[in-house]
Amino acid sequence: MRDPFAATGLGIYALFAVVAIFADQIATHDPLEILFRDDGTLVASALPGSGHWLGTTNLGRDIFSQLVIGTRAALIVGLIAAVVVALIGTVVGLISGYFGGWTDAVLMRLADVALGIPFLPFVILMAGFRGPRTSNVILGIALLLWPNTARVIRSQVLSVRERAFVEAARVTGASTSRILFVHVAPNILPLSFLYGSIAVGWAILTEASIAFLGFGPSDQVSWGYMLQDAYGSQALSRGDYFWFVPPGLCIVLVVVAGFFISRGYEEILFPKLKD
Amino acid sequence: MLNLLSRFAQMLFVLWIVATILFFLFRLMPGDPTVAYIDTTFNEEQVLQLKKTFGLDLPLHEQYFVYLGNLLVGEFGQSFHHRQPVLALLLSVLPNTIILTLTSLLTGYIFGTLVGAWLAWKRGTWFEAVTIPAVLALRAAPEFWLGMVLLAIFGFGLGWFPSGGANSPGANFPSEWARVTSVDFLWHLVLPATTLALYLQGLPLLLMRSNMLDVMSEDFVTMARMKGLATRTIVLRHAARNALLPVVTAFALGFGASVGGNVVVETVFSWPGLGRLLVVAVASSDYPVAQGAFFLITVVLVFMNFVADLLYSALDPRVSNGRRA
Repeated sequence: MRDPFAATGLGIYALFAVVAIFADQIATHDPLEILFRDDGTLVASALPGSGHWLGTTNLGRDIFSQLVIGTRAALIVGLIAAVVVALIGTVVGLISGYFGGWTDAVLMRLADVALGIPFLPFVILMAGFRGPRTSNVILGIALLLWPNTARVIRSQVLSVRERAFVEAARVTGASTSRILFVHVAPNILPLSFLYGSIAVGWAILTEASIAFLGFGPSDQVSWGYMLQDAYGSQALSRGDYFWFVPPGLCIVLVVVAGFFISRGYEEILFPKLKD
Repeated sequence: MLNLLSRFAQMLFVLWIVATILFFLFRLMPGDPTVAYIDTTFNEEQVLQLKKTFGLDLPLHEQYFVYLGNLLVGEFGQSFHHRQPVLALLLSVLPNTIILTLTSLLTGYIFGTLVGAWLAWKRGTWFEAVTIPAVLALRAAPEFWLGMVLLAIFGFGLGWFPSGGANSPGANFPSEWARVTSVDFLWHLVLPATTLALYLQGLPLLLMRSNMLDVMSEDFVTMARMKGLATRTIVLRHAARNALLPVVTAFALGFGASVGGNVVVETVFSWPGLGRLLVVAVASSDYPVAQGAFFLITVVLVFMNFVADLLYSALDPRVSNGRRA
């Protein structure tokens, strides 16, 4: 991959992936443990230093460890949501584009409905009323984010299905599912990846927003959880920048990496766009 | 005309489906089915009144029609916590949300369009190499985090701007108009609007830039060049005008999406708007308010999608009235 943007994006992803996998080894403390000094006093609001690289929260928790463990939550939500969104979008797009007719009409009206529902408020309702669990956040994201992928895949399928090799497969008596998944699908897979890589960023942003609003799981450390904790503990008025700036920067890095990778993909997929 | 009607019908269809989803979402909640409208603290008289208004004694399918009828006239019931009709509550915060959205959209889009056009001009320079990643980073930043950083620096740190709310506590105004045009209100508006504008400027900027690059290579621009027109005239009169079309559509879509997307920024700045109302209502299980706020946000979003569709075909003659090419 020669595109410098895409290479940067992949580099960032790789870095965060390594941190997420070895989070337990990298973290210096238990992220939720309340720390005390030898004399029994709370290590509250300690400034960044050798013992605590990013300082501690007002309740004496190690911020650096929270940041490291939080990587896990972000990547898990991002990846699962992206896979689900790309999967639903691809299958719906394939079916809609290949069969046409009323199947297509029904599926595309469904896509219209999903696009007409306000995204974040919907995820808030899901997490607020179905329970503050990560699975509900992912479900909310998946239910509303698939139409963009489906529409693009559908239009691509419309052109692929007219090509000679599909016609040939049909003539030789291949079954519909074989034509769809063996002959048509490989041609649209790069597009699924493209939309999947965009969905990673969306999902991470959404998860952080939901956690910040207080609808995330309260026992799981994520970047959004850290920001909510900082906001709720008056870290802003005390100017504890070392507490609330790093989690935000991490989110920016991961989401930007997604942008960069999708940009690199686009250049491979549509070389004409390059100039 | 037929096209307009079919688009309109499609809008109503989406709203109907969303209303239906809301109906089942709130009726199938754990506990008594009346929980969606009746709080345990309501007195006998209120309970009877609400049961009558929403037909809560009727079978589910009849309740559904009563519910749709109520939606049409804006009857969302009584708030559990505010002790007033949900509609009145929604309308009281709506101006705050609309003003916040419009201010930030206008600022973001004017800035984005100008810088985007300029960047197309500066293609391949170091300036472009620095600006594009910066714009992408701003688009990738969570809005609430951007708001937190601005609030910490300019609100608490420097003390230039108030730390939250839409008006100073205890301030009184003779009318709603006097309130939203007061210096006090505008002062409170600066930080939340800047936060949103910083996020929103990215889309028009990138759109404008790529459209300008597209348009600049089209025949009519070459033609204008051959006629010997000044570069400035070509850029402003011929290229920018055509490159602007998709940005206008994006503005309409952006308005619809922002009213719902504002949720987090309104929360950071304790801005008394629709989004914050929704968050507080969900957190405190104030079901009628949550339902009403969500429905109103949906109405704005769907209506603006409809407007964007109309603008798109009205502004660009290449999009015929029938089918898009």
